[in-house]
Amino acid sequence: MNETTCFHCGDVCDEIIQHDEKSFCCYGCKTVYELFSENDLACYYDLETAPGATPKEIAGKYDFLTQQNIIDKLLEFNDDSKQIVTLYIPHIHCSSCIWILENLHKLKTEITDSQVNFGKKTVRITYDASNFSLKEAVLLLSRIGYEPYISLEDYTTGNRNVNRSLIYKLGIAGFAFGNVMFLSFPEYFQVSGFWIEQYKVVFRWLMFAFSLPVVFYAAQDYFISAFKGLRAKILNIDVPIALGILVLFVRSSVEIMFDLGSGFFDSLTGLVFFLLLGKFFQQKTYSFLSFERDYKSYFPIAVTKILKGKETPIQVYDIKKGDRLLIRNEELIPVDGILINGNAAIDYSFVTGESETVQKQSGDNLFAGGKQTSGIIEIEAIKSVEQSYLTQLWSNDVFEKNKEESFTNLTNKISKHFTVTVLTIAIIATSFWLIVDASKAMNVFTAVLIIACPCAIALAAPFTFGNLLRIFGKLKFYVKNASILEQLAHINTIIFDKTGTITSNKKSTANYEGEQLTMEESALLKSTLRGSNHPLSRTLYNILDEQNIVTLDSFEEHVGKGMTASYHNNNIKVGAATFVGHQEEAKVLNTTVHISANNSYKGKYTFYNSYRKGLSKLFNNLKKNFDLAILSGDNEGERENLKKLLPAKTKLIFNQKPHDKLEYIAYHQKEGAKVLMVGDGLNDAGALAQSDVGIALSENVNVFSPACDAILDASKFNQLDKFMNASKSAIKIIKWSFVLSFIYNTIGLYFAVTGQLSPVIAAILMPLSSISIVVFTTVCTTFLGRKLQ
Amino acid sequence: MSVIYVLLTISIVVAILFFVAFIMAVKNGQFDDSYTPSVRMLFEDELVKEKSKIKLTNKTNK
Repeated sequence: MNETTCFHCGDVCDEIIQHDEKSFCCYGCKTVYELFSENDLACYYDLETAPGATPKEIAGKYDFLTQQNIIDKLLEFNDDSKQIVTLYIPHIHCSSCIWILENLHKLKTEITDSQVNFGKKTVRITYDASNFSLKEAVLLLSRIGYEPYISLEDYTTGNRNVNRSLIYKLGIAGFAFGNVMFLSFPEYFQVSGFWIEQYKVVFRWLMFAFSLPVVFYAAQDYFISAFKGLRAKILNIDVPIALGILVLFVRSSVEIMFDLGSGFFDSLTGLVFFLLLGKFFQQKTYSFLSFERDYKSYFPIAVTKILKGKETPIQVYDIKKGDRLLIRNEELIPVDGILINGNAAIDYSFVTGESETVQKQSGDNLFAGGKQTSGIIEIEAIKSVEQSYLTQLWSNDVFEKNKEESFTNLTNKISKHFTVTVLTIAIIATSFWLIVDASKAMNVFTAVLIIACPCAIALAAPFTFGNLLRIFGKLKFYVKNASILEQLAHINTIIFDKTGTITSNKKSTANYEGEQLTMEESALLKSTLRGSNHPLSRTLYNILDEQNIVTLDSFEEHVGKGMTASYHNNNIKVGAATFVGHQEEAKVLNTTVHISANNSYKGKYTFYNSYRKGLSKLFNNLKKNFDLAILSGDNEGERENLKKLLPAKTKLIFNQKPHDKLEYIAYHQKEGAKVLMVGDGLNDAGALAQSDVGIALSENVNVFSPACDAILDASKFNQLDKFMNASKSAIKIIKWSFVLSFIYNTIGLYFAVTGQLSPVIAAILMPLSSISIVVFTTVCTTFLGRKLQ
Repeated sequence: MSVIYVLLTISIVVAILFFVAFIMAVKNGQFDDSYTPSVRMLFEDELVKEKSKIKLTNKTNK
């Protein structure tokens, strides 16, 4: 069947709206199209097919943008005539988006300039503040389907400074390296002669000058890190590096001062340059993802407060106990409160991962983090934002802990033995030369420390993991940093959350039990479900076969119970067991919808979770190497179903509160397990933070995921075992590069110990070892990546 | 004074000029977003076409 898709957003059209010989799925999309074509912006559709998004109903949502204190926090620049604001727009996804957002001035002449940062999904808008406002800019963007996302996070952080110091350092080291290399060329080839004797002083002091910023600025991180390591009594990899740099610099300076030789400035600058290059390569950042999210990025910046019948927007931190708040459709409840009036259908999927909405009656408690999904409600706040149930989870100590610090990586483990060995060799060689030829002793001591500087070892891990990070990123597995990849290789226990993680949010299946429905009854049921906005009705509506939709004679929805409808002579009741006049059976754990027609009970639909594709296969692949467990916040309704699907020894634990999950992981860690947690909702945030590696599964990586170490696209969930194996292979690659670099070191040590280390040999050997390690690891990881695809 | 000093001075001055240019570029944020400009520069043609079309329609209106 050939489905018609919307010209604007590309969705399948349920009902087709024709305009300009093009089809649209709704009036929203059509309006955006009209707006663009009127303003000569139809080029938008030439760049990419169906690039748009349907604009959403937003009446009143951005009223808070008239509050001066909120505006001040959001604006980047503000004077009487000009204002600049940077807005985060999640929908930015293609070149058409860049084009339209950078042509905003054609839609509104007050906008003077707009610039998109595609990676960060932001647009920076400059506008004339005298007859335009932030609110109007936001409304304009929303009207064309590019609704900005303004969260509490924007309020607290303000303008962030980008840290570019690594680029500066790399630039300086590269600049000095190149120049020093040129300046040392004459002495490589001409050892003596009139020309070199006359000018070598100039060349040498110029090299010295170039090396100063390298040692004192570009390499300062290594000195700081080595100092910190020594103070904590740890011999990390930066100790021998810092020692090498220091010895290189001191010996070279002494050599040129007393005219003993040309020094090793070329090796020194080259070494720092290569080390920084490794650091730079490892630092792959996904600017459009955030791994540090807490509740602030989910929460709205302001909420509507009702005071003496008047609605005023207030900042959420200003909410006090007892305030009356108005929550509109699709808005998030920012504080714990009591429902005063309105039809509350709360979606707690942010908190629990459970997408089914919960119906509430007035007087019921509502928890912060729930999203209202039907109409307007009024609540009374009973706590402030920081004291709410959900936000309190963030006061747990695990969120303060830095996982990287408590983990000794492979390089640092090796470096301990390495440093001790090098120092021993240096001391033995020096004592030997003290006896044989005392004049050479100092030369040999420094030469050993110079040549043994573990440049290649320090480069192996950054290049291997850096390359693997990129390969994983292409396969939609976004890892925060290289250290996480290394920890991933040590995992022996994997714990999964159930809802939203191993089950799919989008689809669920329902089984019908009871009397067969007649054709008319089925048609009536489908028509009835069509009229309801309850999520269960929507799900069931989508599952049922196509029927002729009839116009109902009467339809009534009873909140929290069900609905009644009639057509011709038939009437139907759909909803809870008691509502349709049926005795509820004891111990039914799954969600059910009961149906009765013409006052006689027909049967019920039981909903089951639909599990992700390839789940059984993934678990069977994983069971060989890992302990597996499932921690679910739900009841045991799915236990039997899961037992059938999963390998026998998988532990199934139900009814787990967010804090229980955290405790469970902490308990296993105490017993020596290295735990990988795979979760999705905010309720897993504690568990993700506690685990050794926390992976957040996301249906759409551009939307939100809790704080974690890595984000995995849901479509790649069944590849998890392959990613785990790849990280294990990466460790093997690093070990092999260590072997390679030890060979280089042994060759170098031979020259050093025998007192023959000349600047030329050092200048050849050091870059050679570094480059060959880089080539080796890059080739190996690329090969590894091929296998993954 | 030997010509080598002149050459050295020139080469270092040129090198430092480029280095300063690099530092300035980093400071202006030119390395912050390496993707959008690559797409943006391809729009140029579209925009010109767009403008000429508007001019044409304006002329016919007159």
